[in-house]
Amino acid sequence: MTTPFTVNGRDVTVDAQPDTPLLTVLREDLGLLGSRFGCGLGLCGACFVRLDGHVVPACDTPLWQAEGKDVVTVEGLSEPGHAHPVQQAILDRQAAQCGFCISGIVVNAATLLDEQPDADEEDVVAALDRNLCRCGVQRRIVDAVLAARSGAASS
Amino acid sequence: MTTTEPLRTVDVPPHVADNPRLGQWISFPDDLSPDAVGVRIGKVELGQGIVTALAQVAADALALPVAQVRMLNAHTGLGPDEGLTAGSLSMVQAGPALRYVGAVVRDLVARVADDHPGASFVDVARTLDPATDLATWEPRTDQPPVRRVVGTDLPRLDLPDKVLGRPRYLADLRPAGLRYGRALRPPSFGATLVDVDAAKVEGLQLVRDGSFVGVVAATEAEADAALVRLREATTWDERDLLPDEHDLTTFLKAGPHDDIPVLDEPDAPAPTHTATYTRPFLAHASIAPSCGLARWSDDGTTVHVWSHSQGIHNLRAAIATSLGLDAAAVTVEHVENAGCYGHNAADDAAFDAVLLARSVPGTAVQVRWSRRDELAWGPLASAMVADLSATLAGGRVTGWRHDVWSQGHSSRPGYGGGTPGLLAGQHRADPDPSPAAGDPPPDRGGGTTRNAVPIYDVGPRSIAGHRLSASPLRTSAMRALGAYLNVFAIECFMDELAEQAGTDPVDFRLAHLADERARAVIERARDGSGWGTPLPDETGRGIGFARYKDRGAWCAVVAEVTVDHEVRVRRLTIAVDVGLAVSPDGVRNQIEGGATQATSWTTRERVRFDRRRVTSDDWETYPILRFSEAPLVDVHVIDRPDQPSLGAGEAAQGPTAAAIANAVHAALGVRVRDLPLTADAVVRAIEQAE
Repeated sequence: MTTPFTVNGRDVTVDAQPDTPLLTVLREDLGLLGSRFGCGLGLCGACFVRLDGHVVPACDTPLWQAEGKDVVTVEGLSEPGHAHPVQQAILDRQAAQCGFCISGIVVNAATLLDEQPDADEEDVVAALDRNLCRCGVQRRIVDAVLAARSGAASS
Repeated sequence: MTTTEPLRTVDVPPHVADNPRLGQWISFPDDLSPDAVGVRIGKVELGQGIVTALAQVAADALALPVAQVRMLNAHTGLGPDEGLTAGSLSMVQAGPALRYVGAVVRDLVARVADDHPGASFVDVARTLDPATDLATWEPRTDQPPVRRVVGTDLPRLDLPDKVLGRPRYLADLRPAGLRYGRALRPPSFGATLVDVDAAKVEGLQLVRDGSFVGVVAATEAEADAALVRLREATTWDERDLLPDEHDLTTFLKAGPHDDIPVLDEPDAPAPTHTATYTRPFLAHASIAPSCGLARWSDDGTTVHVWSHSQGIHNLRAAIATSLGLDAAAVTVEHVENAGCYGHNAADDAAFDAVLLARSVPGTAVQVRWSRRDELAWGPLASAMVADLSATLAGGRVTGWRHDVWSQGHSSRPGYGGGTPGLLAGQHRADPDPSPAAGDPPPDRGGGTTRNAVPIYDVGPRSIAGHRLSASPLRTSAMRALGAYLNVFAIECFMDELAEQAGTDPVDFRLAHLADERARAVIERARDGSGWGTPLPDETGRGIGFARYKDRGAWCAVVAEVTVDHEVRVRRLTIAVDVGLAVSPDGVRNQIEGGATQATSWTTRERVRFDRRRVTSDDWETYPILRFSEAPLVDVHVIDRPDQPSLGAGEAAQGPTAAAIANAVHAALGVRVRDLPLTADAVVRAIEQAE
């Protein structure tokens, strides 16, 4: 059973069971390890990707749902070797501890700033409420996303 | 050591005495750039930033730019054994060791530099004999100390990979020929495997040893599918073993106990005030489930393990003991994974991988736990109850009693005199013993009684712990161990006594406190928080303070909390003294994170269970703090460059809990003494007060 879709602008066709989680396909079949496995239940956000522009948990999205669609992972947010403004702001502020939640947060925040370049603190917090961070870095991350707004708008 | 020790002016740090070979600390792997020095330590990165902070120490010790220092991962075969990465001791233990190693290396290089005209420091360092015994070499003390990056904010070395979505974690390792393993945990604690229906598992690569059963597959998708089939094919014998989750105080006090006398000072007056404080069982709830990777040699005699364990040497010994192997047959190297806050399931996942990989010698097998297993089968942090009483006379405390009941706080690999302590080992046909958890020894801060002795001048004190010596629930070390509940109890009780005395809680503490560094953090937190200024309705401020383990960092927290339909922690103002702050922003980050995580424990978290199993096994049934609930955290680091560095990772937990509860009282006028401070707990406390 093959499923065609695009990942980070590239056409791919994957031979896998249609109910295989998209996260498994990304990590194991396509070698895109940036989306992290946190819960497998769609509840923590560590594996967030964009599916036709919507932020979804890849662990809870079966492969068949991606057929013919456009998937963007954390690796596809910027040119290889370059940091997305949200990533750069997180590094500038050292807004991470273990970092395991960060990929999904970056995908979510970058999508928010694409749609709403002037998002305020309340908007950022509301969007990131779908992500969990266990190390307790939430406030630094919110500050980083707010600081990334000008950079995101110009990218 | 067998060599004769010369008279020395510099003491050999214990970790150098234990690991005296130069090559354990300093090496030059093939892939190292020619101008760099490889530094291998035994402490590991758990998300706390310690490897970067120790790279700063190493760079200054070697008088090299930090870019020329490459930190190598901890490895039982190659590097020093520095015990556990735990107890806020990494900077205390590894810092002096690296300074000493660096001083010796500089000295050795200086002595032979003339033989290598034109060679760089690193070129000469490469010629040093790795067998050099550091412990018998006395570094010259006339070398000027170097301080270039210690005390500055060096960006974390590991964060670019993690933030940019590159492979970095153990779960991302993909050695050639990798296969995927899954262990099927029993349906409940104490369950035994009765039968596996052969017809239902036909074609699966099964590993069974008693009640331990698992599968190995070529792909992750196949492994997950195989696990589903295996679960459906198994029959188990289950029993009701667990206590009533709604009456943990009775369970904890029923015993049998090991009593832990701490202090019993004579002539205590009769108490005038008493109170009881409790916390439930808590979960580590790391954001990634645990992962392990193992590969046996082709002949099945030796095994190489990759683990995010906090103690790779202990893990190595535990694996060898459980399997009856010589320790030399087992090698463990550390690879980072998600944040770790104590003894979680990392070691268990490594052992699962070892057991499953044994069925495919020469092939690496990765085992990644499920979220549900992580929350249900990882070691828990124990529920606790503390009874406090005190005598108040003339506005002063003149007597103090503290009794605390708990399960043990350590069942790490090797506990109890060498018990492997690995989950799967308890399920094998020839099971490992599984005694109840113990506690770290008093000289490492204890566990049940950690921070049970108040720092205040309170007259004669009677302090004792009572640790359950048997329990069906597996508990072990989690951030701050017993200090979280003990500090919560002491600091809430001090507030209650201040109220009785009619004194401001900050003034009351200062009146009972001589330690200048303690007074300084309390005063800084008070001054930074706007203490005493007006607040909106249903909003209050509270303070909490402790010196972690009585010998670690001083930390004071002022919480600002609003109580409407729930407890909302709006702001935490924190002052901390860790001596010399090697990485000031790293200290701030650890304190912010520790206080935020403690806010989650304090306001949200409770492990739920029925009579057989943990039922809080996903993020809906074990909710943790969300972005919209995270407080603003303002950290004041009181830098003391002339004082030894102390750990920062566990200083904020207890003070934060107490500050929040005291703020709830300030907002509502009601004392909530049972954690977590949920809306239900607040309502219950109001009803009890009426």
